[in-house]
Amino acid sequence: MSAKGPAPELLTAAGSLEQIERYVRAGADAVLIGDPRFGLRLPGAITGGALAEAVRLAHALGAKVYVAMNKLLRNRELDGLPAYLREVAAAGADAVAFADPAVLLCARDAAPALPLHWNGEMTATNPAAAAFWGRRGASRAVLARELNEEEIAGFKAAAGLEIQVQVHGMTNIYHSHRNLLQSYMEHTGREAALVDRGPGKGLFLIESERPEERFPVYEDENGTHVMSSYDICLLEALPELFAAGVDSLYVEPLLKSEAYNETVIRSYRQAIEAWRADPERFRVDPQWLEPIRALQDPERELSFGFLYKEQVY
Amino acid sequence: MSQAVLEQAEAVPAGRRARLAKPELLAPAGSLEKLKFAVHYGADAVYIGGQKYGLRSNADNFSIEEMKEGVRFAARYGAKVYVTTNIFAHSEDLPGVADYLKQLEDAGIAAIIAADPAIIETARRAAPGLEVHLSTQQSTMNWMAVRFWKEEGLPRVVLARETSMEEIREIKSRVDIELEVFVHGAMCSSVSGRCVLSNHFTDRDSNRGGCCQSCRWKYDLHDGERAWTDPDGHPFAMGAKDLCMIEHLPDLIEAGVDSFKIEGRMKSIHYVATVVNAYRQAIDAYMADPEGYRLRPEWLDEIGKAANRPLNTGFFYRTPGAAEHIYEPEDKPAPYDFAAVVTGYDAASGIASVQQRSPFRPGMEIEFVGPGGRQFKQRVGDLTDEDGRPLDVARHPLQIVRLKTERPVEPGDLMRKRIGK
Repeated sequence: MSAKGPAPELLTAAGSLEQIERYVRAGADAVLIGDPRFGLRLPGAITGGALAEAVRLAHALGAKVYVAMNKLLRNRELDGLPAYLREVAAAGADAVAFADPAVLLCARDAAPALPLHWNGEMTATNPAAAAFWGRRGASRAVLARELNEEEIAGFKAAAGLEIQVQVHGMTNIYHSHRNLLQSYMEHTGREAALVDRGPGKGLFLIESERPEERFPVYEDENGTHVMSSYDICLLEALPELFAAGVDSLYVEPLLKSEAYNETVIRSYRQAIEAWRADPERFRVDPQWLEPIRALQDPERELSFGFLYKEQVY
Repeated sequence: MSQAVLEQAEAVPAGRRARLAKPELLAPAGSLEKLKFAVHYGADAVYIGGQKYGLRSNADNFSIEEMKEGVRFAARYGAKVYVTTNIFAHSEDLPGVADYLKQLEDAGIAAIIAADPAIIETARRAAPGLEVHLSTQQSTMNWMAVRFWKEEGLPRVVLARETSMEEIREIKSRVDIELEVFVHGAMCSSVSGRCVLSNHFTDRDSNRGGCCQSCRWKYDLHDGERAWTDPDGHPFAMGAKDLCMIEHLPDLIEAGVDSFKIEGRMKSIHYVATVVNAYRQAIDAYMADPEGYRLRPEWLDEIGKAANRPLNTGFFYRTPGAAEHIYEPEDKPAPYDFAAVVTGYDAASGIASVQQRSPFRPGMEIEFVGPGGRQFKQRVGDLTDEDGRPLDVARHPLQIVRLKTERPVEPGDLMRKRIGK
């Protein structure tokens, strides 16, 4: 097992200055923040003057700041794009994570020095595609959560880019520009206003033949989002991820309490430090999992996701 | 090009297109037979799936030999054949892509429809004679993203189904590229490519052709304490009504759409022929006389005979709401069923030979439909088999049956039977 190279970064998303401070102090090396005008599924909006303040705070704490711009944009949203990219660059952010090629094209003029991370969500499935975005300016690929261990293992060398893998939390499994909750309320003759928009309202879907599984669902200005019924937890798979040379381990904090996220970050931080101290003899300590298990929603399984799965098609 | 021609071109008033180009009508073809019907009924181009790299792994996909035959057949009508290679590939899928794309090029395929940059780049390198059209799976909905793909050398972008009419107009005015949009058929209710429900429910990869239409399943909506779903009412659903833009073709043509795409590689011959026939007539009528164009009710009736879900206009004019989703059991409005295909006609005797597609018997009300809107109704008279033996019912699939028709028919005409009469 090759155990060379720097320890991977531990990344999480933050929705406020308080969260940035709390998560960085718990062990995050980098935080992902954003404005819902350009970023999807954020734990909170950091806009206007707060952007520069967030970058200053994180940098002062020794952490990097990435800005989520993972939305597929509409024409009308392009108007504000160059100004926003300039603002992000001027604030000193360390990268933006993009999905829409419009962001990449616009950044060439508006923010040529700003590093770009390609986040194609569930479409980021092979290293040749990542290499394509790499040749057009991306320095990192955010891998689809539907890849397995073997696919992740070969990804970095073949793509020639940094790779980021989600190690914990829920994953988005469906995104629509339709307002499906409002539409359903209207259909049943109830006030559409009953749908309190935004994440964290506690709504979930149960498919009629899978009564045990709860799929969180919410609606916001970017449409309807359905999330996985389990939380990924790849703590015990860290040896494979270290061996694969994964550059960034992402903890998804969405729809979780700050206390839970802080606990998760601490555990992964302990694991990374143990690996850094002695990569050759690194072993996962089951104790790292216990505090996570103690806070884990009993309705939500901790899962390896697709890491050991074979999908058919 | 001479300077004089350029000057003439610039004399066109800004902001108004001097001449509307006739858009392409692009139809799905899940098999060689469906390809032939789609082309015969007026498709300018068809898109098919090969044995690999396409998103309909359940469709009856084409071998290279079948593709060649399809290309030869289409060429007789001046039509083109495109192949969908629209998966988001995993590493294991990629070896062999270059050879496969070269085979498509050699088979005379005009274009591939691709979403994955790995496949797009391979095609540009290994099969430069093959056009690459950006698939709707990339969910492109703004002009700057379209410009990006133009700069990559792609001649055409299939826009996201979320793109509105106004947005299409702006994209066309800002980027000189062919735009293709879906005008008819079933729709993902998610942003295309941004759904892995099937992966989670069944371990089938939706972005590699394994979609099992989980968005059309039934769900309960809860908040942990109470169900939001009315126990006596309809369950929560994500499924979208089907798209139908035949009433709005002038808007689409004037917005500058270059290719009108019909969804449905899994659909029947009857569906493809009927829908193509209606759109063909509407496009031709509009192009012949834009000022005097009027939507003809027959076209809508015909669409209704092929529809299997309620119809709507998607995102073209507004964000879909309660009326654009399917909560109730889907009713089957079509009063007609596909009964046979005409294979021959003897003008002297007025006897047609037809190939059975569902049972019919003397006395039933039937209608014949051909390309261009030829259409008439009659009742089934005496039936015989190929050897002239009388039949009380045409009961065997694909059996050749003879019957007298009240007007001349042509090979390829469809015969429908009225249900419940």
